[in-house]
Amino acid sequence: MSALETKNRNELFTPEIRAEIDHEIAKYPEAESQSAAMAALRIVQDANGGWLTQERMDEVAAYLDLPPIAIYEVATFYSMYEHKPVGRNKLCVCTNISCMINNSDQIVEHLNNRLGIKFGEVTEDGRFSLKEVECLGACGGAPMMQVGRKYYENLTPERLDSILDELE
Amino acid sequence: MANEVIFKNRDLDRLWDIEQYRSRGGYEVLTRILTEKTPPAEIIDGMKTSGLRGRGGAGFPTGLKWSFINRSAPGDKYLVCNSDEGEPGTFKDRDILRYNPHALVEGMLIASYVIDAHRAYNYIRGEFWEPYERFQNAIDQARAAGFVGNNILGSGFDCELNVHLGGGAYVCGEETALLESIEGKKGQPRYKPPFPAHVGLYGRPTVINNTETLASVPTILREGAEQFRDIGVENSGGSKLFSISGHVKNPGVFELPMGTPFSELFELAGGMRDGSKIKAVIPGGSSSPVIPGEIMMDLTMDYDAIAKAGSMLGSGAVIVMDESTCMVKVLDRMGYFYYEESCGQCTPCREGTGWLYRIVHRIENGQGRPEDIDLLMDVQNRIRGKTICALGDAAAMPVAGMLRYYQDEFQYHIDHKKCKVGAGT
Ligand SMILES: Cc1cc2nc3c(=O)[nH]c(=O)nc-3n(C[C@H](O)[C@H](O)[C@H](O)COP(=O)(O)O)c2cc1C
Ligand code: SF4
Ligand code: FES
Repeated sequence: MSALETKNRNELFTPEIRAEIDHEIAKYPEAESQSAAMAALRIVQDANGGWLTQERMDEVAAYLDLPPIAIYEVATFYSMYEHKPVGRNKLCVCTNISCMINNSDQIVEHLNNRLGIKFGEVTEDGRFSLKEVECLGACGGAPMMQVGRKYYENLTPERLDSILDELE
Repeated sequence: MANEVIFKNRDLDRLWDIEQYRSRGGYEVLTRILTEKTPPAEIIDGMKTSGLRGRGGAGFPTGLKWSFINRSAPGDKYLVCNSDEGEPGTFKDRDILRYNPHALVEGMLIASYVIDAHRAYNYIRGEFWEPYERFQNAIDQARAAGFVGNNILGSGFDCELNVHLGGGAYVCGEETALLESIEGKKGQPRYKPPFPAHVGLYGRPTVINNTETLASVPTILREGAEQFRDIGVENSGGSKLFSISGHVKNPGVFELPMGTPFSELFELAGGMRDGSKIKAVIPGGSSSPVIPGEIMMDLTMDYDAIAKAGSMLGSGAVIVMDESTCMVKVLDRMGYFYYEESCGQCTPCREGTGWLYRIVHRIENGQGRPEDIDLLMDVQNRIRGKTICALGDAAAMPVAGMLRYYQDEFQYHIDHKKCKVGAGT
């Protein structure tokens, strides 16, 4: 038996996280708590500085009473889950068609130069990381990016500078 | 505007608040249906008359879809709304969630009543956090007003409404992948048949509709199915939200009658930016084959007209490109997208999208080979119609479309190892 299995469910996570996950479980029929796997991973990732470790994924599996592989599959299939450290501000820049023809290349280049990092990298101070993403459904505001839960649209290098200055 | 359905009351500054939504007749239809216990078959007939076709891309008639559910079969049934909005170029459902979430709540409740579903889910893409909060708030308000939960308005009808947030995967917009995703699994599409109407969420009968489809329902039933139908044209009833982006001056979402000339939509979007000239238009999301600007100017925005021109109305996502746009670069980026987003289940899609991307990518980078154009045609042909879900077709069709009209640009890239357009590579 693994160490996790011997652990009481109530010892996993903080009470706040447990409450949040339980709230998600309650959305689904009784026998279907696997449906809460995606939300549980999101909640745990958010509480863990924006990325998942194997230990955290195992805890999610134990909490939902699922084999760990079921959780690994989900956590690696969807692009919003991270498996390496990210910056406190994860800059997700869309480079799909509408953004591309509205100069997202220039936005990416500006970020590369100003932050000294490329896609998939984190600044040394841990403040920013950069990620290329597909169309975020905001093409009317191209070029655009997402940081945390917020969209920033109609980006220009100048606007980027003032946005970056405000992100802690 | 008289012909608006979804954006009808957009003059109100806080339409997302239930009081404002109700001040224009919101929740009246739901209330009437539940108190009068309107026979579901009657509502389905109305939806059929309205000519409403699914706004998610495939254009399947909504009334017909609802009629596939055997209402009297014992056990659970589910209603699922598709707010995954992942088709590149599409950004209309986000506006519905932000500005008119109650129309969607009401539409979902009516559809649930029709198919006798006691649980309904809205699958919202995970990146849409702010729209999700708006929509969740609308659910909470509707619950407080007695429209959601047990024994709604004393009618004996129970319906729970919840949001399931996605995790970033284009393929989850495909309806069966979406169901897998709600079940907490990887979003890999299922074989069809069986169709979701028989074996859907948790193996139970399920209806899946797009956000815009469901948000249209209350107005259709309130103002009359014929009236809605007559806004549009034959085979394309009603009005439609068009997301227009690219090189236009005022990109945005416009609601127009089906059958509106493209030129009118184009004008509403302010025409081309900076006096540039229109080159090409992707009329229905990145999966729909490109159409040259001069042909597009003579087309109307409805299913039949766009299909006749060799493309698709799809989700109504219009991407306008000016003369500085390199078509090889555009197809290169699209190829990358489909390659990245293929779920990998079927060989023609998994391998074929990789082939397409690598070939276009090397052409774009000046390493194209003389045989590459034939090879592209061959590969896209081997994907089409040979996969579990339509993502394979979605990846293949734009390739044939590009080569149909812009083969010379690809040839130039291959022959001269550089771009014909100049502004590209
Ligand atoms: C790869 C792929 C992606 C799709 N993405 C979406 C989407 O983001 N939103 C949507 O409503 N439908 C999407 N669809 C279409 C759905 O499978 C389905 O047809 C639709 O949600 C049904 O609703 P409707 O009949 O109201 O249009 C997608 C289909 C495919 C093959
Ligand atoms: S067509 Fe592509 S995305 Fe669809 S099931 Fe097959 S491999 Fe997956
Ligand atoms: S292409 Fe960037 S948001 Fe759609």
